[in-house]
Amino acid sequence: MDIQSWIRVSSVVGAGVSMGFGAIGSAVGEGYAAGCANEAMSRRPDMYNDIARTMLLGQAVAESAAIFSLLIAMLLLFTGGSSTSPLAPFGLIAAGICMGIGAIGSGIGSGLPAGAATIGIARQPASKSQITTTMLIGAAITQTSAIYSLVTSFLLIFMDYSARPFAPFWAALLGAGISTGIAAIGSGVGEGFVAQTGVESVARNPTAMSRVVNVMMLSMAVAETTSIYGLLIAMILLFKTYPATASLASAAALLGAGICMGIGAIGPGIGEGLTGQQAIRWIGRNEEATPIITRTMLVGQAVSESTGIYSLVIAFIMIFVV
Amino acid sequence: MAIEGADIIKAAACLGAGISMGLGAIGPGVGEGMAAAKACEAIGRNPSEAGLLTRTMLVGQAVSESTGIYSLVIALLLLFVV
Repeated sequence: MDIQSWIRVSSVVGAGVSMGFGAIGSAVGEGYAAGCANEAMSRRPDMYNDIARTMLLGQAVAESAAIFSLLIAMLLLFTGGSSTSPLAPFGLIAAGICMGIGAIGSGIGSGLPAGAATIGIARQPASKSQITTTMLIGAAITQTSAIYSLVTSFLLIFMDYSARPFAPFWAALLGAGISTGIAAIGSGVGEGFVAQTGVESVARNPTAMSRVVNVMMLSMAVAETTSIYGLLIAMILLFKTYPATASLASAAALLGAGICMGIGAIGPGIGEGLTGQQAIRWIGRNEEATPIITRTMLVGQAVSESTGIYSLVIAFIMIFVV
Repeated sequence: MAIEGADIIKAAACLGAGISMGLGAIGPGVGEGMAAAKACEAIGRNPSEAGLLTRTMLVGQAVSESTGIYSLVIALLLLFVV
């Protein structure tokens, strides 16, 4: 089979992977938001309009991860054949994997604050605008890990591979897609937990909004770090120069670095999100204890981060030493 | 492209190291996060015991960390000894 056919095959497979996996997260998140909206309406049927509007606003943000996947799938289907390098099939498949898997976490995560906002509005109609603002801040930050996947997918599709050696660069392309894509799951879900409780706490205690939102953003920034490690490894894999080599081991090391950082980022992302969730819940209930809770939250998150840093170290060793 | 047995072993060791450290990082990450979450909850209920609660959290997290360190050791062995 000639290279043009392989490029076409990889574009259509990549498009399928991108849209198929990319549809999981947003659908789950939006379904959760709709379920919460039903619960809220059964308590306050008279507030139908406000609840439905908040639900749709939150769902629109959660939808954006799936729209990124649709965009990458369309690009792969309609422009995928522009390069003729033998590396192009690997780049196109990697772009599909990266965007598809990368949209799961943000899609689920963004649905959680939307659901919490519908219930919060039914409980505290007077603080509707504060609840909606907190929801939008939380959902927007949750989307960032899907945006990292989108950026990496664009690079994988449109990069100029012509000057790169086939081996081992094919493994670097796959490794970059896997690293950013899988790493985005943990941060997306973890930040969603934090944003959900941030909205809940604002609805419970609107006077504590500024403290709750500050700690919420701090905690989301910490949970974001592991997906930034995933992006960092992907960028190093894509932009480092490699000598041409026929050795299978040097290719496997690059692919292994991507797998290591990608999967290794899931646990710390979710764990740091769980920590931030409880910290914000209790700042909403016991505002005077904010400094001590924030300090404990940061210490706990730092320990939880350690395994993500081990993965980063192993990935660096595989890229630069092996 | 002739592929030697030693090259395949080295390649498999690299992939194995990545899988070992990657999967091995999930459990401690989530588990330590849960321990820290409960510590934050307990401090929210009873801020006067913050010192004791933080100490207990760190001891529990250190135990939970051990499996992550096993994964790290195995990954380093795969990369530098095999």
